[in-house]
Amino acid sequence: MEASVRLRCEADLTGLAGYNFAYLDEQTKRMIRRALLKAVAIPGYQVPFASREMPLPYGWGTGGIQVTASIIGPEDTLKVIDQGADDTTNAVSIRRFFARTAGVATTEDTEAASIIQTRHRVPETRLREDQILVYQVPQPEPLRLMEPRESETRTMHALEEYGSMYVKLYEDVTRHGRIATAYSYPVRVEGRYVMSPSPIPKFDNPKLTKAPMLQLFGAGREKRIYAVPPYTEVRSLDFEDYPFSVEGWDEPCALCGATDTYLDEIVTDDHGGRMFVCSDSNHCARRRAAAGEEA
Amino acid sequence: MSAAARALPVPDAGPLLCARGLTKSFGAQPALEGVSFDLWPGEVLGVVGESGSGKTTLLNILATHLAPDAGRVSYDWPERGLVDVHALAEAEKRRLLRSHWGFVHQNPRDGLRMNVSAGANVGEKLMALGLRHYGKLRARAEEWLGKVEIGPERLDDLPATYSGGMQQRLQIARNLVTEPRLVFMDEPTGGLDVSVQARLLDLLRKLVAELGLAVVIVTHDLAVARLLADRLMVMRCGRVVESGLTDQVLDDPHHPYTQLLVSSILQA
Repeated sequence: MEASVRLRCEADLTGLAGYNFAYLDEQTKRMIRRALLKAVAIPGYQVPFASREMPLPYGWGTGGIQVTASIIGPEDTLKVIDQGADDTTNAVSIRRFFARTAGVATTEDTEAASIIQTRHRVPETRLREDQILVYQVPQPEPLRLMEPRESETRTMHALEEYGSMYVKLYEDVTRHGRIATAYSYPVRVEGRYVMSPSPIPKFDNPKLTKAPMLQLFGAGREKRIYAVPPYTEVRSLDFEDYPFSVEGWDEPCALCGATDTYLDEIVTDDHGGRMFVCSDSNHCARRRAAAGEEA
Repeated sequence: MSAAARALPVPDAGPLLCARGLTKSFGAQPALEGVSFDLWPGEVLGVVGESGSGKTTLLNILATHLAPDAGRVSYDWPERGLVDVHALAEAEKRRLLRSHWGFVHQNPRDGLRMNVSAGANVGEKLMALGLRHYGKLRARAEEWLGKVEIGPERLDDLPATYSGGMQQRLQIARNLVTEPRLVFMDEPTGGLDVSVQARLLDLLRKLVAELGLAVVIVTHDLAVARLLADRLMVMRCGRVVESGLTDQVLDDPHHPYTQLLVSSILQA
């Protein structure tokens, strides 16, 4: 501890303030930024990168925090959500990780954040051009279900052989009468690469297309980074006679009354009691606050 | 009735597939030595020989699964003329395999997706070619299951629930749905019992005649060759030892090895 304080002082003296900012060393950040640049240049293409060991287990967002650590600066404000909520374990621990290693400001307010790291949701509030959305991705390869070989999936991407993606959709319609894929719904980016939008519900897929914010995807265990630049077309795959559609709910949010948001089902007792509430906790709280002011 | 007796489409242009001097060895082990032949549109060519004679290696080279050490395979691509298939770019090669050619594996499990329904199996090539309409895909799949004598009620079943003979017919439907010009078959009746074999052969004969398919069929079963093939190539130790019209080769074998092969059939 003492040694690191002394080191930081020396760095300040020699004009190296900001060096090794935010946990990762400069070489690593440089490597990840190069991967990010390539990913932005080829929307939807999975760029391999030398993923580092991070101080949290695989599946908890090792890819996401490496991307965040590479783009974050001292002036940034960070928001972390897990399934839409700011107060879940994963979100809290990652937010605290960056508050401690980078000393950046953190927030739960979607509008105040400049970088939002997310697991499984896109915020309900429409994001702006000056915001960046970082996704944590467990399985970046949309073709993996149909083709286990990595060499083959790469060739399929290179040659735009996406017929087998439709085999999965065909099976869905055959078995369930509709396309039953509800999350990690495959999309085609700018008419070229088929991409997995990370396990967000398909409810969020329409928010990806022509969006003003930069979207970065990091998969730590699979060592892949990909991106959707602002205002890029993202189309969900479907059949002509079974077009893409999102799920809906019969009732509004039990807390804020919203009818246009993604709802979580919450079991309230042992007698079959349950309620549906917004999964985006910040959005729901803001709506309730606004309603309270009006009343 | 022998296969040669049915009317052959008259070839108006050149051969569909030309093989010239195909040679392949695996390390020091030669597998194929200077094999040449022409295949005409609508013709069924049988390749017979014992195990290890290079039949399957030949088929794999023709279907571009393997590259030959020497020699070339040319295919008559419509509007492009003869192209050297091994010199094609990967993307074109795959397009050729998807739309112009088919490949029926000996073991249907190699040629089918076992974890998706029969309908999806038949429809996959159509989806790869860009058909994006579920209703049409399903209708085509059902039509083709009918053609290979599988009832429409089995359309949504997994191939794993099919019998061996049905799996093989499903694999054939999956290959023929895009109406290819040329199909490679590697022992399509191997592993099936005799009565199922006979039905499958009948079916194949009918489909080949209806669609005017050119087929290269590899088999060690001379009865299969007799029923299906117009022309026969007898292979031994990587070389073609005798070739000619099927009836001619089987009824009047010239090469000692062919004579041995023909005389070793058990007469029922």
